Amino acid sequence: MAPPSPPAPLPPAGRARSRRRVPWRRRRSSPSRPALRARRLRAPHGRDCIPRRAPRPAALRPSMRRARRGAARGGYPRMPPRQREPRRGPGAPPRPAPPAATRPAALALVTLLSFASRFHRLREPPHVCWDETHFGKMGSYYINRTFFFDVHPPLGKMLIGLAGYLSGYDGTFPFQKPGDRYEQHNYVGMRGFCAFLGSCLVPFAYLTVLELSKSLPAALLTAFILIFDTGCITLSQYILLDPILMFFLMGAVLSMVKCNSCADRPFSASWWFWLSLTGVSLAGAMGVKFVGLFVVLLVGLNTIYDLWDLLGNLSLSLVMFGKHLLARVLCLIFLPLALYTAMFAVHFAVLNRSGPGDGFFSSAFQSQLIGNNLHNVSVPEHLAYGSVVTMKNLRMAGGYLHSHWHLYPEGVGARQQQVTAYLHKDLNNLWIIKKHESDTDLSDPSSPVEFVRHGDIIRLEHKETSRNLHSHQHEAPLTRKHFQVTGYGINGTGDSNDFWRIEVVGRRTGQLIKVLRSQVRLTHVATGCVLGSSGKTLPKWGWEQVEVTCTPYLKETPNSLWNFEDHINPKLPNISLDVLKPSFAEILLESHMVMIRGNSGLKPKDNEVTSKPWHWPINYQGLRFSGVNETDYRVYLLGNPVIWWLNLVTIGLYLLITVATAVALKRGVQLTSELKELSRVVLHAGGQITLGWLLHYLPFFMMGRVLYFHHYFPAMLFSSMLTGITWDALLKFCAGFLSPSTTARKVYGGGFLALVLLILYSFYLFHPLSYGMVGPMASHPSSPMAGLRWMDSWEF
Amino acid sequence: MLGFLKEPVVVTAKINVSLVALTVMGLMSRLWGLCYPRAVVFDEVYYGQFVSLYMKRIFFVDDSGPPFGHMLLALGGYLGGFDGNFLWNRIGAEYSINVPVWSLRLLPALAGALCVPLAYQILAELHFSHCAALGAALLILLENSLITQSRFMLLESILIFFILLAVLSYLKFYNLQKHSSFSGSWWFWLLLTGVACSCAVGVKYMGLFTYMLLLATAGLHFWHMIGDQNFSNVSLLCHFLARALALIIIPMGLYLSFFYVHLALLYRSGPHDQIMTSAFQASLEGGLARITQGQPLEVAYGSQITLRNVLGKPMQCWLHSHTNTYPIRYENGRGSSHQQQVTCYPFKDVNNWWIVKDPGMQQLVVSNPPRPVRHGHIVQLVHGITTRYLNTHDVAAPLSPHSQEVSCYIDYNISMPAQNLWRVEIVNRESDTDVWKTILSEVRFVHVNTSAVLKLSGASLPEWGYRQLEVVGEKLSKGYHQSMLWNVEEHRYGKSQEQKEREVELHSPTQMDISKNLSFMAKFTELQWKILTLKNEDTEHKYSSSALDWITMDTNIAYWLHPTSGAQIHLLGNVATWASANAAALLYLCLSLWYLLRRRRRIYDIPEDAWQLWMAAGGICGGGWAVNYLPFFLMEKTLFLYHYLPAVTFQILLIPVVLQHLSDHLCRSVLLKSMFSALVVAWFSWVYFVYCTFSPLTYGQPALAPAELRALRWKDTWNILIRKQ
Repeated sequence: MAPPSPPAPLPPAGRARSRRRVPWRRRRSSPSRPALRARRLRAPHGRDCIPRRAPRPAALRPSMRRARRGAARGGYPRMPPRQREPRRGPGAPPRPAPPAATRPAALALVTLLSFASRFHRLREPPHVCWDETHFGKMGSYYINRTFFFDVHPPLGKMLIGLAGYLSGYDGTFPFQKPGDRYEQHNYVGMRGFCAFLGSCLVPFAYLTVLELSKSLPAALLTAFILIFDTGCITLSQYILLDPILMFFLMGAVLSMVKCNSCADRPFSASWWFWLSLTGVSLAGAMGVKFVGLFVVLLVGLNTIYDLWDLLGNLSLSLVMFGKHLLARVLCLIFLPLALYTAMFAVHFAVLNRSGPGDGFFSSAFQSQLIGNNLHNVSVPEHLAYGSVVTMKNLRMAGGYLHSHWHLYPEGVGARQQQVTAYLHKDLNNLWIIKKHESDTDLSDPSSPVEFVRHGDIIRLEHKETSRNLHSHQHEAPLTRKHFQVTGYGINGTGDSNDFWRIEVVGRRTGQLIKVLRSQVRLTHVATGCVLGSSGKTLPKWGWEQVEVTCTPYLKETPNSLWNFEDHINPKLPNISLDVLKPSFAEILLESHMVMIRGNSGLKPKDNEVTSKPWHWPINYQGLRFSGVNETDYRVYLLGNPVIWWLNLVTIGLYLLITVATAVALKRGVQLTSELKELSRVVLHAGGQITLGWLLHYLPFFMMGRVLYFHHYFPAMLFSSMLTGITWDALLKFCAGFLSPSTTARKVYGGGFLALVLLILYSFYLFHPLSYGMVGPMASHPSSPMAGLRWMDSWEF
Repeated sequence: MLGFLKEPVVVTAKINVSLVALTVMGLMSRLWGLCYPRAVVFDEVYYGQFVSLYMKRIFFVDDSGPPFGHMLLALGGYLGGFDGNFLWNRIGAEYSINVPVWSLRLLPALAGALCVPLAYQILAELHFSHCAALGAALLILLENSLITQSRFMLLESILIFFILLAVLSYLKFYNLQKHSSFSGSWWFWLLLTGVACSCAVGVKYMGLFTYMLLLATAGLHFWHMIGDQNFSNVSLLCHFLARALALIIIPMGLYLSFFYVHLALLYRSGPHDQIMTSAFQASLEGGLARITQGQPLEVAYGSQITLRNVLGKPMQCWLHSHTNTYPIRYENGRGSSHQQQVTCYPFKDVNNWWIVKDPGMQQLVVSNPPRPVRHGHIVQLVHGITTRYLNTHDVAAPLSPHSQEVSCYIDYNISMPAQNLWRVEIVNRESDTDVWKTILSEVRFVHVNTSAVLKLSGASLPEWGYRQLEVVGEKLSKGYHQSMLWNVEEHRYGKSQEQKEREVELHSPTQMDISKNLSFMAKFTELQWKILTLKNEDTEHKYSSSALDWITMDTNIAYWLHPTSGAQIHLLGNVATWASANAAALLYLCLSLWYLLRRRRRIYDIPEDAWQLWMAAGGICGGGWAVNYLPFFLMEKTLFLYHYLPAVTFQILLIPVVLQHLSDHLCRSVLLKSMFSALVVAWFSWVYFVYCTFSPLTYGQPALAPAELRALRWKDTWNILIRKQ
């Protein structure tokens, strides 16, 4: 989507009139401080210059001189005129600003490096790595148009499928397990697509930081961090969802920041462009993984802040404010929602054949899939007495109500016939619906049809064994607090414990019960318990089928809800299941329910070593992408430790700086304009980025599902941007203390250079992590990684 | 000298009679008929067992919260002379004569009663009128659910008391701040805030929410002080330090002291021992300490040891082997090595004994002087009874096919050599030459050939393995996990070289005396960690509810039912109060939003000081409601209606706030004002009426007839028990 070509240079001609603060970098030609001030005050658009009440150049030295409001002592500093001439006020830039051409050049350089690092050795290793086995397979499903189920929304996999399709992959590779060789299959297209999106992250981050801090070095530092981080490289090189997710995420952040910069020209073309691009990116991020919700939150908070600001601006009429509000609602709520819905529409339109995901969905949905046994079937619509039916439990992958000629073993409740839930189609799943009190033969064709209604009391007779569904106050075999369910009676004659009240969820008395679509609850009349499937597998005596119980706890869970799937009644007219076709809204809702249930089902087991969120920022442990043994081609997802630890330290540093700055401002310390600008960058720009980091990191502490190291990478992007901004501000601040500007410039440049060199050197050390290690493990002295296993928990 | 006699001695006391009256009414409502019913009511069955254990000084772990609340309940038992002899096994069981029911229930009832005057004071400190404060106190007084919860041996009323006390003392402190910083009463209220907070947290972790709210409020107030140029930097620093001391350091210290008292009181071993590590168990009187007393500390070559898995999940167990072998083929068709099984066994057994052997030497006894095993040493582990070596090899484990099978090696003379060398890695070592210590050292056994780690997989083996727990060699050692750590529990120096003698030796109990004492901090950390991580099985409960049901009170809890008559006790709120509290919260939210937006456009509907008052009251009452309620949506544990009581207390305090605001600022004319007052009075009598209607369910008497009970079932979802005739 976003072109890799460098966008137009930042300061376009029209920008000169903008109310934006002129970055201090541009003041390169000012001969000396007082002169500068005079000039700026004369300037027609002088909003950005030093406020008139500012304590004049006494504050030339950017040292935080504490001065009570209004108590600043005046007086120009006594400076020998000779010295004044070359000197650039200490607070002024210690480094010449780059000429206008530098920015596009820098952007081009950054983009080039980024693409080079991501596309280097892209084909290696030529076998399935880690989660490629999932996402590659799902890409193939799109190409083959077979229906599948995944816990993430479809956009990412659709794009992978599209990339594979365009690059000539035919969808035939099975992607069975990590380590399978690709042989002649064309996998580079899909990897290249992911690498392309992954490479775009760097220029995006560069532009975002540049826009926020107006400082080229800060942007460059961020870009270098991301380019040379082994973790980001590794994660971008394979067929995974993460590069796609991060692409949209960074796209949203960049367009949000750009849009904020256009705030002085609302409703201009570029403003509309960036606002709607934000919306599009949000839809993309949400459409790849639900984690995209965090960036939606970030943009939402930013928008609320923005609107609050506008509301406080009394020069803006309420009508104007309404327009602002409407524009945002349109671009940030309706547009993403429409796109998000559209991608699901495409998803369901493309996947129209039966596949491995059928079982996760309701019977009504399955009837839509070509090849499914419910496809193009016709059954009677309303349930009547005498109907032969199968009942499917509504819990995910729930089975059919089942019974067979076997008794519960000695010691497990009453010794009566077993009733279980069975996942496959079978003759033993058939039940006949009978009236509870009479035993007239309903199959007699002359008798009138009588429909079953909500609230009726019925008896369910097992067709093969002629026993009634029965429950009593014995404890169930596995779930001890529930009651046992059995088959009881001979040839349909049982006792009053065979009576069940049939109720449809959300219906009133007397309504008919529909096949497939009615969600039914069977309440045991005598004990008041509800028929349900516990989901636990019975031991061998129960043929490892699923336990069915009668639960006395009246909770509305899918465990205790059933629907009727097959329905045979010769007396009723058949209707095609197409009539029951769920509407698109229903499909959308159902697929979301299934995804959410699937996500929360990914619980870690006991005794399983799992990755904890606190591991991530300290780079505690990586993920093995490929290879285990010494002879294998090994790729290990691990962040460049130098960079990650720098990021970690920076977060602490940033907090310190922020607290100090905020307290100083609150105490009313007077700052020079340079320091003011610096504190604005630190508090405002840094604050925005930190909020992003927090939003993408903290929620993981509350998640119950299985977590992996790569979940941290979106947060890591924010952390890297914060590093760029913070170090740039810190170096500027320190350099500001040094009096001759040449020294200041040297310190600033030196510090910047040292950081970049550190990053480069660490990348040189750790690059085999991404580009593949062959040969002995790191513990062996002849390994390329010898001596680099700084933490015991790293596995290379 | 006797000058003071010249003046008359005058004591002037100002007594707020309404406050006294409220206290008396609170006491009456909570203490009336406290001993009725003389039977176990609802969760008394749960807390009662802990009280009994306190009386008997037996150690226990309760994962529902820290020990302070339990200790307070136990204090009641102690004062009543309870000896702890009662079997707390079912709700409704009649108390025996030795149970001092009145004194056991007294403390929660007192705490509940004192909430009434506290509510009055809080509103008064928020600068609301006497009438509003009186209204708040009366609403708390007439709240059926709070009464029910206070009258039994339960913790919520104590928690609410401490929460309200903390809020009140912070408000007092804040109001003193303006005039008399660092005065005596200033310090008193500040310290009381901290103390009450830590008590609240000590009773239940829910108290943490209010603690956080108060910390945030204090932080906000301090932030305003920073902006105030009248304070010098030094005085700001002093203020900051005082707050940090009172609101952070002292609560933490107090919290620790709760545990200190808890551990000091409970020194005998008991039913929950096995949850704790061996070291902890050894510090308790009886139990493991009796066995491990006087064991040699340092594990040496030739030591006879039992190895306990550190994790203790799904249950505590010891490394075990027995003469049975793995089946040649498993049920799913995979093959095994058919060597001797190695499992983890949850009971003490002679087959749990292993001997540490030096691979370079043949002898199985400890030399003189003993050669201790150090970190990094390579050892063989010999099973005591069968003298086979602990072994692992590249064969899939029975239940975890991704890991290696662990066996005791039998030489079948086929191409599978013994691989029985293990490297001892002490994980909690201080230096790399540390000696392997009994009980204290947590050890990882790394297989030398395959670098697999000995691990408890947590699965239990089928019939052929006697349902013991599976032990595997984990090849991809993903970092640190307690299931890979083992510690020596029983230990003695082996003396007998001959197998027969050794068997006799293994069967004999260990002897010798060295006692080990854990420091308090080590015990505290372990206990705290266990409390936080112990997960009870997700139990379904008939009366559990979801957080959404609470607002509308769609759920109730039956606490007790008379064995013969229809008398019963339910946790049911005062419907009128709950509905009005919801309305008040909604109204507060809408009004605040309205004012806020208008203020942003520089339109000021109410005077500035009224606005400040409105915000402060909302911050405390509405904020208290939000922090005590919203987190439950993120929790995955079983929830009950009583979890909502702290939140609803705050929500009730919001009612008079909103009412007074309406009457002061929205009723502009006198006529409107008097009409409003009349409405309030009418509404209040409705609240009183509902209280009276439901009081038979609150107090459990008088017994109601089925028809009357049916009439009380105002909502279909309420589960009121009606006996069948």
